[in-house]
Amino acid sequence: MPTNSAPLGTPTKVTQGSQTRGGIGESTLRPDGTLKVTGEFAYSSDMWHEDMLWGQILRSPVAHAEIVSIDTGEALAQPGVYAVMTYDDLPTEVKNYGLEIQDTPVLAHGKVRHHGEPVAIVAADHPETARRAAAKIKVEYRELPVITDEASATAPGAVLVHENRDDHHIGHVPHPNIVHRQPIVRGNADEAAKRADVIVKGEYYFGMQDQAFLGPESGLAVPEEDGGVHLYIATQWLHSDLRQIAPVLGLPEDKVRMTLSGVGGAFGGREDLSMQIHACLLALRTGKPVKIVYNRFESFFGHVHRHPARLYYEHGATREGKLTHVKCRIVLDGGAYASASPAVVGNASSLGIGPYVVDDVDIEAIALYTNNPPCGAMRGFGAVQACFAYEAQMDKVAKQLGMDPVEFRKLNAMEQGTIMPTGQPVDSPAPVAELLRRVSAMPLPPERQWESSEGADVRQLPGGLSNTTHGEGVVRGIGYAVGIKNVGFSEGFDDYSTARVRMEVVGGEPVAVVHTAMAEVGQGGVTVHAQIARTELGVAQVTMHPANTQVGSAGSTSASRQTYVTGGAVKNSCELVREQVLDLGRRKFGTYHPAWATAELLLEGGKVVTDGGEVLADLVDVLGDEAVEIEAEWRHRATVPFDLHTGQGNGHVQYSFAAHRAVVEVDTELGLVKVIELACAQDVGKALNPLSVVGQIQGGTTQGLGIAVMEEIIVDPKTAKVRNPSFTDYLIPTILDTPTIPVDVLELADDHAPYGLRGVGEAPTLSSTPAVLAAIRNATGLELNRTPVRPEHLTGNA
Amino acid sequence: MRVNFTVNGRPQEADDVWEGESLLYVLRERLGLPGSKNACEQGECGSCTVRLDGVPVCSCLVAAGQVEGREVVTVEGLAEYARQRACGTDACGMSHVTRDTSKNWQPKPPSDSHTGEGTELSPIQQAFIDAGAVQCGFCTPGLLVAADEMLEHNPNPTDADIREALSGNLCRCTGYEKIMDAVRLAAARQGEAV
Repeated sequence: MPTNSAPLGTPTKVTQGSQTRGGIGESTLRPDGTLKVTGEFAYSSDMWHEDMLWGQILRSPVAHAEIVSIDTGEALAQPGVYAVMTYDDLPTEVKNYGLEIQDTPVLAHGKVRHHGEPVAIVAADHPETARRAAAKIKVEYRELPVITDEASATAPGAVLVHENRDDHHIGHVPHPNIVHRQPIVRGNADEAAKRADVIVKGEYYFGMQDQAFLGPESGLAVPEEDGGVHLYIATQWLHSDLRQIAPVLGLPEDKVRMTLSGVGGAFGGREDLSMQIHACLLALRTGKPVKIVYNRFESFFGHVHRHPARLYYEHGATREGKLTHVKCRIVLDGGAYASASPAVVGNASSLGIGPYVVDDVDIEAIALYTNNPPCGAMRGFGAVQACFAYEAQMDKVAKQLGMDPVEFRKLNAMEQGTIMPTGQPVDSPAPVAELLRRVSAMPLPPERQWESSEGADVRQLPGGLSNTTHGEGVVRGIGYAVGIKNVGFSEGFDDYSTARVRMEVVGGEPVAVVHTAMAEVGQGGVTVHAQIARTELGVAQVTMHPANTQVGSAGSTSASRQTYVTGGAVKNSCELVREQVLDLGRRKFGTYHPAWATAELLLEGGKVVTDGGEVLADLVDVLGDEAVEIEAEWRHRATVPFDLHTGQGNGHVQYSFAAHRAVVEVDTELGLVKVIELACAQDVGKALNPLSVVGQIQGGTTQGLGIAVMEEIIVDPKTAKVRNPSFTDYLIPTILDTPTIPVDVLELADDHAPYGLRGVGEAPTLSSTPAVLAAIRNATGLELNRTPVRPEHLTGNA
Repeated sequence: MRVNFTVNGRPQEADDVWEGESLLYVLRERLGLPGSKNACEQGECGSCTVRLDGVPVCSCLVAAGQVEGREVVTVEGLAEYARQRACGTDACGMSHVTRDTSKNWQPKPPSDSHTGEGTELSPIQQAFIDAGAVQCGFCTPGLLVAADEMLEHNPNPTDADIREALSGNLCRCTGYEKIMDAVRLAAARQGEAV
């Protein structure tokens, strides 16, 4: 058993930044803003090269089948076609890839395991030529039975999605069609249940959500003279891609050069490879640059989705409203390949009871291998599904007890010092009750806003411009929810980042250049990293170097971690540069003023100053024609894996909390929902860029709204085929579907983190969905145990 | 086929266009104007919105041949288009450009190519930056063209007007709140300027 003693943190003292404009805490504007509003920002799909070819992927039309034969002859004979490649054309013995488990074939080998699996690739001189050639590849399939859920996956004699597994989870899973299983047991839930005056059981279903980033998977691979390749790509983690790409190409990593192109959103959907290897293979085969751009239809098949989940919960509470115990079982559908499933299981289980004090828990989470679309990372990562279920349970228990749902939550809210189900103490502020207090204290939007002297403004009613109601049958409801998300990579992962910082005089001014491999995907990492450099180095001019693999890994733009971890790396490298600059100053000017040796020295406003504010030298003079450059790795405090049997272990770096209040109006006759307002309160530790923080919270909130009432990938349970791969049939919130989102930002420093900051991006995606569901339940009185809620669930016609 | 049309005030000629190509493809891949975006290519997301003879359209749904002889404004020409509108039609002069000069046309005045600093922006573009309405930015070009067009005929929109006018433009990052702020800001600044 790991001990419960808190690891010692290293509180960060801010000594810099009071003078220099554009440092941390200010809402500085994005450095890429102008390029993005003028259309000049070069996204991965905008790449262009003289003589480039277009790549096209042929995908499986069925979910599970043996490949009997592939005939590429007719496709190859098409004018304008330069190459057609199948599994047999792969250049090395490494033919699979994967984030954790290398179970994903670059091109299908003898078998396809899900609808849309890549089977062959084509390069041609026009995208339409490539598409038509791909359609002429003849593939004969012999269909196999499909595994689609837990029952079919673990039935006696079930077909194995992957035979001969040799990954590191196979030893502890109860069935080869289960990727990973994580139990978490603490106290004695059965014994504690005897103290309960109320026991509430529930079964819930969370639908499959798509990241639906707007910039489709795309990139350009350019063959190089040394036999290598240069890939311009939109991804979340350049070095993770590189580690997976190079072995398949048979190239050393230094011959696969990667440069981050403009990334049109990510939300987890770019953690796995998509077209990277395919473009490189075709470029190396043809000797020409190859561009691949998915259309939206293909994008739905080209990346993993959020795991759909079945969740079984039992909560107990005393008459006084104290939780006695929680038992839960979370079954995540991982689809055909592992992707991030093991880590999603770790999150779903360890965060499975929410931000509450419960000493006696019995938790189990598993991820299945099925023939459904592969599922992996999406914003919130396992914690989202659990939050939907445990918050529904909290409302049910409160109702049974006759208590106000917010008061019941506050009564059980965790705080600093609470021990998690994993045995890990929460050793930084956990203002769960305070966030609930704040969000419920916000003024409510007025009732019946759509009413006016000229009649109803249908635009503000459920159904909107479809003009389905003028207010008849419309009922208002209010719901609350709160959630807990981990920040950073957990369970013992070496979650470091690297930053190279250079300081020199350019054009008579001291300039800092910050070079990291961080993937800017829209979140604003480039904005805050420049702010950190201004604060730490006291210069106005900071240049953000394009991200590439010429610098060490920054880790993934995932898990709400880049402001924390790459921000921490930038801060650390800046501090090292600052020390060298001060040493340089001491050598040059130390004899002129005793303060060089005795005072605490800062860099502020382009000058070396004492902590008393006395100016000692201009940075221009200190640096002269020298440049100071440091590249260094930085790590947050280490974590450990969860015990495979008890789930105990200090597995998480930091927690992040948000609470929502949803106000909805429901047309009960037609089952149409209008979300009127979705208020959020979140603790961010320290808002490095308040404007960006609020933008993250509003964006995450809206994705939670999407899975509450609109978004779901529909997979046919008989064939495991995707039925709605388009923005016509998979609906994400428009500006008409999205309400006002007032945000209350709390800043309680986490002394273990740089500047006390807390990762922001994911927490608001958790509690948004259950708050909307709670509001709809409040309006309709219906139980609603699945999300998204569709009209038929509200009218009783489901 | 060959297609002749006007883009951002400059006559353009696209050769060897396959009949199935969209206006979006011709702009992005043949004319070097990738500002109009390819998020769905099925008319659902609005990221490819351009003005076609003044009317906002999804350029992915317009066959290239349909634009023969017509005028297109893309995000790359939005600042200039707004400038012309602000100073009256002929006073600023734009139309006397030949095809030869257009070949060397750049959509922006000289500026810092790394950050775009120094670029002249339209009020709606500046408002998007100032209000924090840009995150990944992939929806931004289409939203700018649509919002600019709305403000052209409705300079004092209510919130409901803004939402209605922009309902054809998907954004996945922002939750639309900062986009609302940006349009309100542009309208307010426009009002102050009059």
